[in-house]
Amino acid sequence: MSDWKLLNTSTASGASSVEFTDLTGYKIFKFVFIDVNPATDNSNFQFDCSVSSSYGTTKTTTFFNAYQTEGDTGAALSYDTGADLAQSTSYQPLAPNVGNGADESCAGELYLFNPASTTYVKHFYARLHSYEKSNIAFDYFPAGYFNTTSALDGIKWNFHNSSVFDGTIKQYGLVAT
Amino acid sequence: MSGKLTLISSATASGSASVSFTSGLDSTYDEYIFYFVDINPATNNQTFRVAFSTDSGSSYTTNCTTTFFEAGHREDGGWSSLQYLTSEDVAQSYPVKLHREIGSGADESSAGEFHLYSPSSTSRVKHFLSRAQVYSDAQYSYDDFSAGYTNTTSAVNAVQFTMASGNFDGNIHLFGVG
Repeated sequence: MSDWKLLNTSTASGASSVEFTDLTGYKIFKFVFIDVNPATDNSNFQFDCSVSSSYGTTKTTTFFNAYQTEGDTGAALSYDTGADLAQSTSYQPLAPNVGNGADESCAGELYLFNPASTTYVKHFYARLHSYEKSNIAFDYFPAGYFNTTSALDGIKWNFHNSSVFDGTIKQYGLVAT
Repeated sequence: MSGKLTLISSATASGSASVSFTSGLDSTYDEYIFYFVDINPATNNQTFRVAFSTDSGSSYTTNCTTTFFEAGHREDGGWSSLQYLTSEDVAQSYPVKLHREIGSGADESSAGEFHLYSPSSTSRVKHFLSRAQVYSDAQYSYDDFSAGYTNTTSAVNAVQFTMASGNFDGNIHLFGVG
C-alpha cells in the first residue's frame, strides 16, 4: 500500500524541454532522470516550476558537488556559487557542464514537497551524477525552496543553451492527498 | 528486497510538543523511512530533533553519535557555505539534531527524509541517515545532512520528534522498505 506511484514517463529524443503539468494529488513527488544527454557539449541541465502556468518562480537555493577526474589528477568537495540562486527567477541548475559524447550523460533524482500548498514555501532537493564534458565524475547536490505560497502547477527541464537532448524523466507520487 | 514502500502510519502535528511513533518499528522491515512535510515550529529559530527509545516509548534516552554538515545560502546572496557544524552533531548524547534554525513565519518550514536501518537488531548499533531542506528564520536556504548511530544493541522500538523548544505543525509519514 502507498508505494511510490509512477505517474508519468517522458522519453526525450531531440527534445528542447520536458514538462509535467500535474503536481496535485500527492504530498511528495520524486522525479528520476535517466541517461540525459544533450546535443551540445558543455550544457547545463536545469529546471523550474510554474505558478499559474507561468515559469520564472522566485527561489533561493544551495549547490555543492564532489568530483574526481578520470586521470586521477584532481578531486574535491566544494560549494559552487555559480550554480546557486538567491531570490532568482532563473532556472535552477541540476547538472552543469554535461558532455554530449555518445556515452556521456547525467542521471539522478529530485524530490519536491507539497507543491500544492498555499501556505508554505515549496522545498526541493536533488542528487545527480554526471559524466562531465572533461571526463570528470561529478556528484551534484542542488536544494532550495520556491519562495511562494502559491501552488506550483508545472515543472520543466531543459538545458541552459537551448540544446536539445535525449533521456528519460519519470514522475512518481507518494502519500496521496 | 524489492525496495517497495509500505505506509505504516502517518501523524499530523498541530500545535504538538512532540510526535511519537511507538508501533510499527520492528523486524518486519530492514529499513524504515520517515518523510517530513511542511514542518513549522511555533517558536522562531528552532531545531527539529529525533530521539530513540528501547522501552516502547517510556523514555527516549538512547545515546547517539552523529555527524552534521550543511550547504547554506542567504536570500540576499551575501553568504553561502558548505560546512561541518560541530554545534549540531552529538557525541554519546540525545536527542539528534536533524533540521536547524527553522523559521516560525507563516510560510517558513522544513521538509525531508530520515532513514533508520534494522531497528530491531539486538546485536549491532542502529544506523540512520537524514537529509532536509530548511527555510530558516533569517531567510537562509539550508540543505542539512545528518547521520549517525544509536549506540545500543537493544532493539529500538519507538522514536520521538520534537523541536528544541515549543510546539510545531507538520506531517510525518512512516514507511517500511520491503
